[in-house]
Amino acid sequence: MVRRAVEGTEEPVVIRGLVRFLDERSGTAPFLKKALRYAFPDNWSFLLGEVALYAFVILVGTGIYLTLFFEPSTASTYYTGHYLPLRGHEMSVAYRSAVDLSFKVRAGLLMRQTHHWAADVFVASIVLHMLRIFFTGAFRKPRDLTYYLGLTMLILALLEGYLGYSLVDDLLSGMGLAIGYSVLMSIPVVGGNLALLLWGAPFPGKPDFESRMYVAHVFLFPILIATLLGLHLFLVAARHHTQFRESRRTTEKKVVGVPTFPGQAPRSLGLFFAVAAVLFLLGGLVQINPIWLWGPYHVAAGTNGAQPDWYLGWLIGALRLVPNFDVTIGHYTLVPNPFWGGALFPLLVFLFLYLSPWLERRLTGEYGFRNMLDRPRDAPWRTALGVALFTWVFIIFLAGASDRVFVSFGVSYEAQIWAYRVLVFVAPVVALLVTRKLCFALQQSERLGRIRKQAEAEARGELPQPE
Amino acid sequence: MKMRRWAIALGVLLLGRKKRQPRFADRPRIVAPGAPDPRAEWVALLLLLCAAAAAVGFIVVYSFNHLAHQTQYLGLALGLAFAFVAAALIVVAKRLVVTEELEEDYPLSHPTTQEEVEQLVEESGDRLTRKRLLLTGAGAAAGAIGAALVVPALSLGPLLDTGGFYETPWRRGVRLVDEHGKPLLLDEIVRETFYTAYPQGADKELLGSPLVVVRFEPAQLHLPTQRRDWAPGGVVAYSKICTHAGCAVALFRKPTFPVVEPGPALICPCHYSTFDPTRAAKVIFGPAGRPLPQLPLAVDSGGVLRAAGNFSGPVGPAWSGVRSKAPRNPS
Repeated sequence: MVRRAVEGTEEPVVIRGLVRFLDERSGTAPFLKKALRYAFPDNWSFLLGEVALYAFVILVGTGIYLTLFFEPSTASTYYTGHYLPLRGHEMSVAYRSAVDLSFKVRAGLLMRQTHHWAADVFVASIVLHMLRIFFTGAFRKPRDLTYYLGLTMLILALLEGYLGYSLVDDLLSGMGLAIGYSVLMSIPVVGGNLALLLWGAPFPGKPDFESRMYVAHVFLFPILIATLLGLHLFLVAARHHTQFRESRRTTEKKVVGVPTFPGQAPRSLGLFFAVAAVLFLLGGLVQINPIWLWGPYHVAAGTNGAQPDWYLGWLIGALRLVPNFDVTIGHYTLVPNPFWGGALFPLLVFLFLYLSPWLERRLTGEYGFRNMLDRPRDAPWRTALGVALFTWVFIIFLAGASDRVFVSFGVSYEAQIWAYRVLVFVAPVVALLVTRKLCFALQQSERLGRIRKQAEAEARGELPQPE
Repeated sequence: MKMRRWAIALGVLLLGRKKRQPRFADRPRIVAPGAPDPRAEWVALLLLLCAAAAAVGFIVVYSFNHLAHQTQYLGLALGLAFAFVAAALIVVAKRLVVTEELEEDYPLSHPTTQEEVEQLVEESGDRLTRKRLLLTGAGAAAGAIGAALVVPALSLGPLLDTGGFYETPWRRGVRLVDEHGKPLLLDEIVRETFYTAYPQGADKELLGSPLVVVRFEPAQLHLPTQRRDWAPGGVVAYSKICTHAGCAVALFRKPTFPVVEPGPALICPCHYSTFDPTRAAKVIFGPAGRPLPQLPLAVDSGGVLRAAGNFSGPVGPAWSGVRSKAPRNPS
């Protein structure tokens, strides 16, 4: 051993043994070599998807820890622990075990808060990643399938997060579930039946409902997300990364980037540890969802200024903004009110996102492979439409917080809602026009800059540079 | 003697550097060459040791049984450990390994192979003479088996029996009690104050159970004519469950200076559906599409408030057809 180390051959011997072992049993040495030299184009915006991936890893890790202590049962019990404000209160076993794992289990609160923060970061990074993909046109063929998988994972992530904080059975869980139940009920014709099927009985449902949420949250959805994630990453690698036009070497045919090993690996691994660091620091130092303050849920209980996790804010906003009407035919209620904001609105947003690759093909007539990314200004119509859509969603998201603005700052709630009701129609149009104009202006200033440079070069007597 | 040998060993470990014999010198390099950077190695080493120290700190903090702010220290320790590793890896990436620029061809599609796949599928099936019929059979089998596998999901809930939505525990004569089970006496109901009431002896956790009870001057009330006797002594009772999204209508707006302020209102904190309790809980703002169902009240000889029947309409969030039946008691 010592002799080898002195000769400096110890490391290669280990590596040689390992590679030989793998290759002789799987025949993957050529694949391994290719994978290690796979080129990653370098741009800061490409790390957003990676952040989502790493947040998912943390979610699985902390989540498994939580399942070791959490009891998914709505059976009634009384709190007898050390937290005085809750002592003697009637609550579900689920809520009591969540309080206990926060107070009694060492590192339990750290894991629970890190889990919650990771969920918020997970969805946030998916959304930002999606915006990056959208505004650079990375969803075009041959990556449209990759994009659909990503969108589907976003939907699953939203549902998974909702299930997660609904499981705890604190007051906010119950209020959120009541709203989810009502949105499902509001689906025309079949809504009531679907709600009965999922909940097993009219709200708050059969005790089995807690078990159903639990198996969905800790098994079905994570497995689904992990499977789609694997496919997503496989497709990314199979078609290679997109790239910006950064030099003359980056073309539709050739990708230029840092190899997995040794360049990219420490960067990516470093990002993983950075994400883990941020999440655990948040989980330890910044309180999130202090369930002991909300108290247990009872059908007759409610609290003012209640807010869901950020990623459901757009749906709360949409539910707030719809004026008070049910669509009825005589005495038959056809479309109950929550349908518009809670179901139709997200449906429209996702429909637009799912149809984007197809719309893009139809509108531009481009059916070929697109490996090069656009800068947002290069595709003014796509950028303008996208900005309009996201402005629309963002305004509605803001409307979701109008109760907090009312409670915290005293701004009249009704005035806010009316302002948002107007903004919802005006802001997207303004955003569309301004963005389009901005894109064209940027393009033009670039052209002018090029012409000026060329003219200056010619004035100096230099040969014009071929672009 | 022993100490000296240890000191030498430590010195060699820390200060001794060696350049490895290149074992593949006879071949062209795969990874681009780069100059060593001993200072960066020191920094990376230091960061990794810090990470180890922080992780040990985590274990130490964990080992305490009762420690104030334990969660914070645990998070800090573990977070810092990860942060140090991240920093070390960044040093490695930026200073200790080369950052090459590789060029690779974007993968293309394979038209010939595509055709070959098509061909082999077609040739595989050319012994079949009734392909359509067989495919129909396969479709029937797949569809039926699929349906058979889905059908057990119906055990989840009473898919077609929506009757349960109309059921409430209220009926003529049921006493109103507070959350501790104490009956509500008409004389004890203070004007323009918010009370929550439940049906005596029934499950409180049903959407049909909880009520909001508010008392007004009888002259303040503007109920429809057929509900004129529903509010003895000016006490009105409505379902506490919002008809919009099923939350509890938990807020009561009581004007403190009625001349300029809007009138009294029941408000749901979820989406601020606002109901006028003096006008049969008519929706005056927010998204709710129906008024809160009203419960007719009566007062018995003991002065206790009792239900005089069931609600004026179905309780809770709406579904298609919600208005088509009246609420009833479970049979």
